[in-house]
Amino acid sequence: MSEPIISARLSKDFQRNIMERFIEFALLCSAAFAVFITSAIVYVLVSEAIPFFQHVSIYEFLTDTVWTPNYSIKHYGILPLISGTLTTTFIALLVAVPLGTITAIYLSEFASHKVRETVKPILELLVGVPTVVFGYFALMLVTPLLQKIYPDLTTFNMLGPGIVMGVMIVPYIASLAEDSMRAVPMAMREGAYAMGATRFQTSVRVITPAAISGIVAAYILAISRAVGETMIVAIAAGQQPNFTFNPVESAATITSYIVSVALGDLEHGGIGYQSIFAAGLTLLVMTLLLNILGHMTRKKFAERY
Amino acid sequence: MVTEKNKHNEIVKAESKNLNFFYADGTQALKKINLPVYENKITALIGPSGCGKSTFLRSFNRMHDLYPGNKYEGEIILYPDNTNILDKKVDPIEVRMRISMVFQKPNPFPKSIFENVAYGLRVRGENNKRILDDKVEEALKGASLWNEVKDRLQDLAFNLSGGQQQRLCIARALATEPEIMLFDEPTSALDPIATVNIEELMSELKKKLSILIVTHNMQQAARISDYTAYMYLGELVEHDDTNKIFTNPSKKETEDYITGKFG
Ligand SMILES: Nc1ncnc2c1ncn2[C@@H]1O[C@H](COP(=O)(O)OP(=O)(O)OP(=O)(O)O)[C@@H](O)[C@H]1O
Ligand SMILES: [Mg+2]
Repeated sequence: MSEPIISARLSKDFQRNIMERFIEFALLCSAAFAVFITSAIVYVLVSEAIPFFQHVSIYEFLTDTVWTPNYSIKHYGILPLISGTLTTTFIALLVAVPLGTITAIYLSEFASHKVRETVKPILELLVGVPTVVFGYFALMLVTPLLQKIYPDLTTFNMLGPGIVMGVMIVPYIASLAEDSMRAVPMAMREGAYAMGATRFQTSVRVITPAAISGIVAAYILAISRAVGETMIVAIAAGQQPNFTFNPVESAATITSYIVSVALGDLEHGGIGYQSIFAAGLTLLVMTLLLNILGHMTRKKFAERY
Repeated sequence: MVTEKNKHNEIVKAESKNLNFFYADGTQALKKINLPVYENKITALIGPSGCGKSTFLRSFNRMHDLYPGNKYEGEIILYPDNTNILDKKVDPIEVRMRISMVFQKPNPFPKSIFENVAYGLRVRGENNKRILDDKVEEALKGASLWNEVKDRLQDLAFNLSGGQQQRLCIARALATEPEIMLFDEPTSALDPIATVNIEELMSELKKKLSILIVTHNMQQAARISDYTAYMYLGELVEHDDTNKIFTNPSKKETEDYITGKFG
């Protein structure tokens, strides 16, 4: 018996092989770059926060309820900043989750093609508005309006910026949730309609559960966006670290503290300067926890048609 | 009340009269179709791909209304109401409450087995747990699925096999006690055993309701249906007793199609 002969057409194409390798390498490089940047950020945060924690114990940092690094009597309790962050985020979600979800349902299940093609770009325009503008909007318009209803409201409070932040987030939720609802196969919709369901019943009882994983992902992104939002709260919430969850009081969030210090004239390398890295690290841990939570919920609701 | 009967003294449950149908792009998919659906009988629609079988079937529960621009002309009369269900004044939701549909590909909802079957009842405002329990059990038994799922009613419907999912969809459609059931190639995605299950099921179901089924499988049409309609290019070529169609069709085209000389 003779040796099996591999015909020329079946043997490996050298040129194609090289090309494939090259593309693979290029993709690897870009992925590695993203990982590198993230690690660099974490490295800077941690290395600058270490001297801070040599001065302030982690216990004090996590339990003290006063944050006054710039006063003569210094306190380094992160809780007031966390309470400010959580309260404004919560108010924002209270606005954005219902509004965003309803908008998504409307756009995906009710709006005609023409309406959808008009409304979506307008919504997405809202994403492009600089957050400084939203901040002044909260301070000059929303808070005064709220004061008409609730006269005791101070000029700087968490309610106004929280609401405005919510409005800012609506397009994120609406757009992402709508995408995932529209990805639900038509067969599912036809099945529901064929049972005699109305549009509303179909969208709420069938389409929403079918798209839930994408909708939850939209919520998680919205939370991260709210937790990280800086300018709106810096402008309209008062930059007063205040351990309270009461939305009518003024407060500072982690990010608004960081920006106020970064813009101020604190000396480089001082403890006050280092405190912003400790605050930043806290923010990073919070977002990380949120992302893990989001990942887990998404897995739980894994899409299956 | 009007009841129409044919030569065998069978009651007409619904009937299309001069039905034309146009898709939004202007395609005329149905041309002057006149076809009765008899009570407690299975009527099968056969014909080559693209001849308009699905289009015709989906007219019976106004599925085409879901897409803008589609247009019906002519009538589909539902008895004993003697009403044209294509009339603009008729609510498609009411029509779908009485005429249910099973699709080619099983399309269960992202819910539990129980909730899938209960869906149609809930849509109709039924929330009484006892009544739901009873009706879901009855429908699952009707679709011969009860024994396989009775211990895991709360499982997600996607965990069932393809054949089980299709029977679940039949149970879902049955739960609301429809008068007519429409099947669009219900077994084309299933293996031979699941197919036999569903065929037997349909023969059982027709005791309670009327069935209109689209099938590509000639043997299937011959096995289960009482009447067969052969369509070609949007037209109804011939409609008769299944026996007659398969043994002695009156049109040459029908014979060619059935004997495989065509298509
Ligand atoms: N949404 C649509 N828009 C325009 N034309 C369509 C649409 N759906 C179907 N058609 C056309 O209408 C005709 C009938 O289609 P239909 O789906 O009813 O055929 P069918 O007999 O069910 O075929 P098959 O056996 O392949 O399912 C075909 O010519 C098809 O191209
Ligand atoms: Mg078809």
